[in-house]
Amino acid sequence: MKSLKKQTLVLGLSAALIATAGYAASHAAKSSNKAVAARHAQMQMIGYHTGVLGAIAKGEAEFDAATVKAAAGNLNALAKMDGSTLWLEGTAQGEVDGSRAKAEIWTDAAGFAAKFAALEKASMEMMNASDAAAVGAGMGGIGGACKACHETYRGPKN
Amino acid sequence: MRPIAVRKTKLLRGLVKILGACAVIGAGLGWFLTAPDPLDPAFGARLTADPEAGALVFAAGGCVSCHAAPGAEGDDKQVLAGGLAFASDFGTFYAPNISPDPNAGIGAWSLPGFARAVTRGVSPEGQHYYPAFPYAAYQHMQDQDVVNLFAYMQTLPADPTPSKAHDVGFPFNIRRSLGGWKLLFMKDEFVLSGNHSTEMTRGRYLAEGLAHCGECHTPRNALGGLDRSQWLAGAPNPSGKGRIPNITPGKLDWSESDLVAYFATGFTPDYDSAGGEMAEVVSNLAQLPQSDREAIAAYLKAVPAIP
Repeated sequence: MKSLKKQTLVLGLSAALIATAGYAASHAAKSSNKAVAARHAQMQMIGYHTGVLGAIAKGEAEFDAATVKAAAGNLNALAKMDGSTLWLEGTAQGEVDGSRAKAEIWTDAAGFAAKFAALEKASMEMMNASDAAAVGAGMGGIGGACKACHETYRGPKN
Repeated sequence: MRPIAVRKTKLLRGLVKILGACAVIGAGLGWFLTAPDPLDPAFGARLTADPEAGALVFAAGGCVSCHAAPGAEGDDKQVLAGGLAFASDFGTFYAPNISPDPNAGIGAWSLPGFARAVTRGVSPEGQHYYPAFPYAAYQHMQDQDVVNLFAYMQTLPADPTPSKAHDVGFPFNIRRSLGGWKLLFMKDEFVLSGNHSTEMTRGRYLAEGLAHCGECHTPRNALGGLDRSQWLAGAPNPSGKGRIPNITPGKLDWSESDLVAYFATGFTPDYDSAGGEMAEVVSNLAQLPQSDREAIAAYLKAVPAIP
């Protein structure tokens, strides 16, 4: 009898432990997925505002100083975002579905931060562009910043 | 019985002799056909070098993308120490040192030797290079561009890192066999044949020659030769996962201005940015005059559409 009680207790405790671990894991997975989705939203915002500037550079849209300032300003704000809530450990490519983040983001955090700093600088310069040609010239800097980061810290398409 | 046996033996001996002769002639012909192209000692003698123009040939040719040390950034990319590995079905190739170091690099080379290496794929020692080096594309290079490129490359920093030997197994390690490869696959006519506008001709020169787009964007056959009927129609990525995209009008629907903007900034029409090896290519193309980017875009719109 005694041993049966003991066994039941152990069994029950084990089940509870497993359930807790499982809950914790699913909870962590949920926040990982959310972080990746939020990063994608940030990238989409960057892409959108770059597109507003790109259309002016290509001559598809009229130059308008206020629009350029607004789009470049938003890019600047996006580049300045504190990444500590977004780039969570354990959210690299292969760890979370849809992520293309390379492990180097975490092993070379300073290098990764420098890439965002480059976008911050390029977008700041863009804010004062005075005509379409200047926007075109500024696109080189913004494109260079995006490219440099993607080259080193973004994995191949899933 | 006996006379028949004798006749048979004679016949056999005759056959052996004929076969032997064929083998000798065949081997001789093969040896002759696979011989590396000879050096032209007078190459470039009448041309004047312009190193500044050579910098643009250097950028268009994408030399840095393969010959800079792996992971080099910024000014270090101008140090062509080599070492980057290229995995393939035939083994692993390593980009050699082509900095002006007289021992490790090409500092002791002559201009004719350089021209033969780049446009004919033959080393100064008279050996065939592996076609991981895109000489099948560089063969289109104009003499003046070769002269300018050579002059520009002398101005780059020298580096004493020795070149790494290729890791290639039998039978691909028989260099002479590459003569056969050249015979089969090194076609000297352009894929987009015929006469075209000045811009298109320039675009063809850049895309099929210097920028060697086909080397990655065109699929290869079992022997590593480009399938010219599928020109720029996309191919498996030799360096790993994924596919290199089809960039013929059959698949790529970007406008000419989209293409030009992509070559200058790396932005796709959706404002995603170029990745992988193409990011390197964009860094090179971004250094060219706008007219060159427009010429390549015009060329890409004109190649046969392959779905």
